[in-house]
Amino acid sequence: MELVVFVIASLMVLGGAVGVVVYRHPVHAALSLVLTLFGVAVHFVAMEAHFLAAVQVIVYAGAIVVLFLFVIMLLGVDQAEDLRVERIPIQRPLAGVMGIGVVGLLIAAITVTRDTSSLTVGSGLDVTDTVLPAGGVAGHDANIRQLAGNLFGEFVFAFELTSVLLIVAVAGTVVLTRRVRRSEQESRRSEVDGPARHAGDGGASAAASRNGPS
Amino acid sequence: MIAAVQPTPTWYLILAAVVFGVGAVGVLVRRNPLVMFMCIELMLNAVNLSFVAMSRRLGDIGGQTAVFFVLVVAAAEVVVGLGIIVSILRRRPGATADDLAELKG
Repeated sequence: MELVVFVIASLMVLGGAVGVVVYRHPVHAALSLVLTLFGVAVHFVAMEAHFLAAVQVIVYAGAIVVLFLFVIMLLGVDQAEDLRVERIPIQRPLAGVMGIGVVGLLIAAITVTRDTSSLTVGSGLDVTDTVLPAGGVAGHDANIRQLAGNLFGEFVFAFELTSVLLIVAVAGTVVLTRRVRRSEQESRRSEVDGPARHAGDGGASAAASRNGPS
Repeated sequence: MIAAVQPTPTWYLILAAVVFGVGAVGVLVRRNPLVMFMCIELMLNAVNLSFVAMSRRLGDIGGQTAVFFVLVVAAAEVVVGLGIIVSILRRRPGATADDLAELKG
């Protein structure tokens, strides 16, 4: 049963990963990224990391890919890219050699240090010091309890720092994407030079600057 | 007989290595900045997969905590990166990574 789940989820992950690279259309690439993310979530469930599987679906497939699609639609860059054009002639073979080399080295290192013990079902969640009885199964919320204890205990300072990171990222993005529009607005102001022209707020001026040449 | 074969952490690590390699080749080959960004997300997911596999193998929840932080940082990174891409592509529509070779706006 675990083998079947592993094979199916691995096919999802690999098919989606190859699809991201080879699809010419950015929207198709984003959709195959969703397939990969769901496959990784299935792997997380199979490894009994239930909380991370839920977060993977919510954050990655729900928020990040939607953000990608939103940017694709917003910018209108959804025309297909011609993959046959190769600007730097030797880049493709070099990239292939590098990819095969990286994968080969990683697989070699993994197989050298492999261990053949399989993942035992039901006990991998319970990583407390409490000893499970023989054949005992960890509780169904043991994963979340463990993760919360670790996150709010040992790594609570890093957890607080992530809130700073998110605030900085949001503020930085707002500043980053507004600055261009403001400079365009000022150049428009200096061009048209009328007090009634720049009374409109951001939405109208953004639409105008997108339609007309700046 | 076949159902008796259980996946070992080595399988997950090899899968993660392959996905990482595919993502790295995608970053090098693709020209669209958005698709390059998606390939970076692929590489992050491969690392997450190996983190969880090793966490499961070693019986240490710290690997899953690391995946949590990777998720948060990836979300922040996507927000900032897509902001940069939006501001670039607004100025020059349809730009690829080849067109952004100079540091002039």
